[in-house]
Amino acid sequence: MNAIELNNLTKTYNDGSITAVDHLSFDVKEGELYGLIGPDGAGKTSIFRMLTTLLLPDEGTAKVNGYDIVKEYKTIRNIVGYMPGKFSLYQDLTVEENLNFFATLFGTSIKENYDLIKDIYIQIEPYKNRRAGKLSGGMKQKLALCCALIHKPTVLFLDEPTTGVDAVSRQEFWEMLGRLKKQGITILVSTPYMDEAGLCDKIALMQSGKILSIEKPQAVISNFNEKLYGISKGNLYKIMLDLRKYEQTVSCFAFGDALHLRLKSNADDNVSNIKMYLKNHGYMDTEVKEILPGIEDCFIKLLG
Amino acid sequence: MKQLFTFIRKEFYHVFRDQKTLLMLFGLPIAQIILFGFALTNEIKNAKIVIIDYAKDRASAQIIERIEASKYFEVDKTLISHREMEAAFKEGKIKMALIFPENFNYNLLHTNSNQIQLIADASDINTATTLTNYMSSIIMEYQNELMKENLVTMTIVPEVRMLYNPQLKGEHTFVPGMMAMIMLLICVMMTSISIVREKEMGTMEILLVSPFQPLMVILSKFVPYILISLVNVTSILLLSWLFLDLPVKGSILLLYSESFLFIITSLALGLFISINAKSQQSAMFISLGLTMLPTLLLSGFMFPIENMPLPLQIISNIIPSKWYYIIVRSIMIKGSTFVAIWRETLILGVMTLFILIISLKRFKIRLV
Repeated sequence: MNAIELNNLTKTYNDGSITAVDHLSFDVKEGELYGLIGPDGAGKTSIFRMLTTLLLPDEGTAKVNGYDIVKEYKTIRNIVGYMPGKFSLYQDLTVEENLNFFATLFGTSIKENYDLIKDIYIQIEPYKNRRAGKLSGGMKQKLALCCALIHKPTVLFLDEPTTGVDAVSRQEFWEMLGRLKKQGITILVSTPYMDEAGLCDKIALMQSGKILSIEKPQAVISNFNEKLYGISKGNLYKIMLDLRKYEQTVSCFAFGDALHLRLKSNADDNVSNIKMYLKNHGYMDTEVKEILPGIEDCFIKLLG
Repeated sequence: MKQLFTFIRKEFYHVFRDQKTLLMLFGLPIAQIILFGFALTNEIKNAKIVIIDYAKDRASAQIIERIEASKYFEVDKTLISHREMEAAFKEGKIKMALIFPENFNYNLLHTNSNQIQLIADASDINTATTLTNYMSSIIMEYQNELMKENLVTMTIVPEVRMLYNPQLKGEHTFVPGMMAMIMLLICVMMTSISIVREKEMGTMEILLVSPFQPLMVILSKFVPYILISLVNVTSILLLSWLFLDLPVKGSILLLYSESFLFIITSLALGLFISINAKSQQSAMFISLGLTMLPTLLLSGFMFPIENMPLPLQIISNIIPSKWYYIIVRSIMIKGSTFVAIWRETLILGVMTLFILIISLKRFKIRLV
């Protein structure tokens, strides 16, 4: 059964002049960890708000656990967990008070569902008497996740839960999501970070309210079907500008400490050709090698 | 029920942890009562007055001497015309004028009675009353001495004229007005801000995606401010009794019940504002504009409604604080019972119900 179903879901703002979500359809299976990947403004938050019954769609329908998001919004509000993109707990309440409040709000108690949040809560428990506003970014997100989980939701909506969180906390956060998935909770998560996409069961790459592709992360990569070259060492910015003038170049982008280069052909002598081209332009000791594509490379390719 | 309790407890946390606001909530009424109280009871020193002496005889000279000797007045004895005097009043140069008629001493000795005209600027009621009282007592003292000397009854009647506000409206009525203002300030502004804050901080988003009932949020927002306001009513009444010698003449229970009704009116107004306001700042400004200004200007607290142009008189009817002000003034100062104020109470009650119903209906169950 599908936990979430979207059918031509559309949301416009400013009397229809801005289309945030454009006739989207996709399904999320029960127990799936489903990622919405896309840059800011792709329409991810609008999708979350429609699915959590906070916004009414302009067109199309959607169901969460079989309940219609418009007609049966009250039922949906009882069974889902939602963590908005912006930290939205009471900053002047302590960690424990926040958690208690949300537990009572859903008619349960921390004790009752402690098992579910234990792994996460244990990390913030030493700070349980600290006000939520005084927590670090990663702690805040862990607390918000606890609050969203405390009533044992069947579907969990996480809108950019790791934005603004340090790399270690991000990794921990995703490990937690993996554990929650094992408990059978369906999770829809959005992120602008491509490296997190690989941790999902399925990802939908989004751009301007539309879905570019829906695949398993491995499939996205295997669909890349092209060779990709990594160039490192030297003045990468100048090299990038020069490489973009190379007649064979399709695209060239900087990725951390290397450049990723796509060429028109997949010929075997490409590496030596690139080296030659760079030498002719005065770059003597650069390193050029064939590399495996990541999700981000696929995304850039999809964007054309 | 347990949910409601948790909600209310949460609201109390919000209120008591914001210490600056808390200080304002309890300190403001006390500060205002004391400030206004001092303005009301503080003696006046060196008030500028003008003495127009048409008599220039023994008696007038003796009275002027006494006036000059007192620390209350700064006397100007230049003879000015009636028109000049009025101009001086309008410009605020003088607070009072004292006019001796011609042949003051002669008439006093022959008819055993005479008059002195006191003209005071009653746009500032408190000062005017205090000054005329001081002046009357100086004249009275002089009159008593004359009687001892001459062994005949002599009366000098100070004929008092209050310029600009002859009926002295507003005397001692600032306490009822202050009660209305403080309750509006706390209930309207604080509730609207606290609901809008939930929207601004994003917590409303989470609350909405939960089984909560809008009524529950509203009720729990109301409870702390009802309590704070009742505490404030008590402190205002205590202060006005202890400092200003203004006890409640009517039934205290009635006064509290009417105040409770007005608190609910204010809370409903706050709720109404919060539904339309987008940020805490705009909630604050709308609250101030929609409640403080009309209360100051149109409730009859500062300016008598009867003196207003007709359109403003009509508008004043839709201002809840006008009705509450009338009610409190009646109970506190006149000692009225419910029979005398049932109409005002009914109007206030209907207004409250109306605002509450509209607000509840328009309470948004989704984000806009």
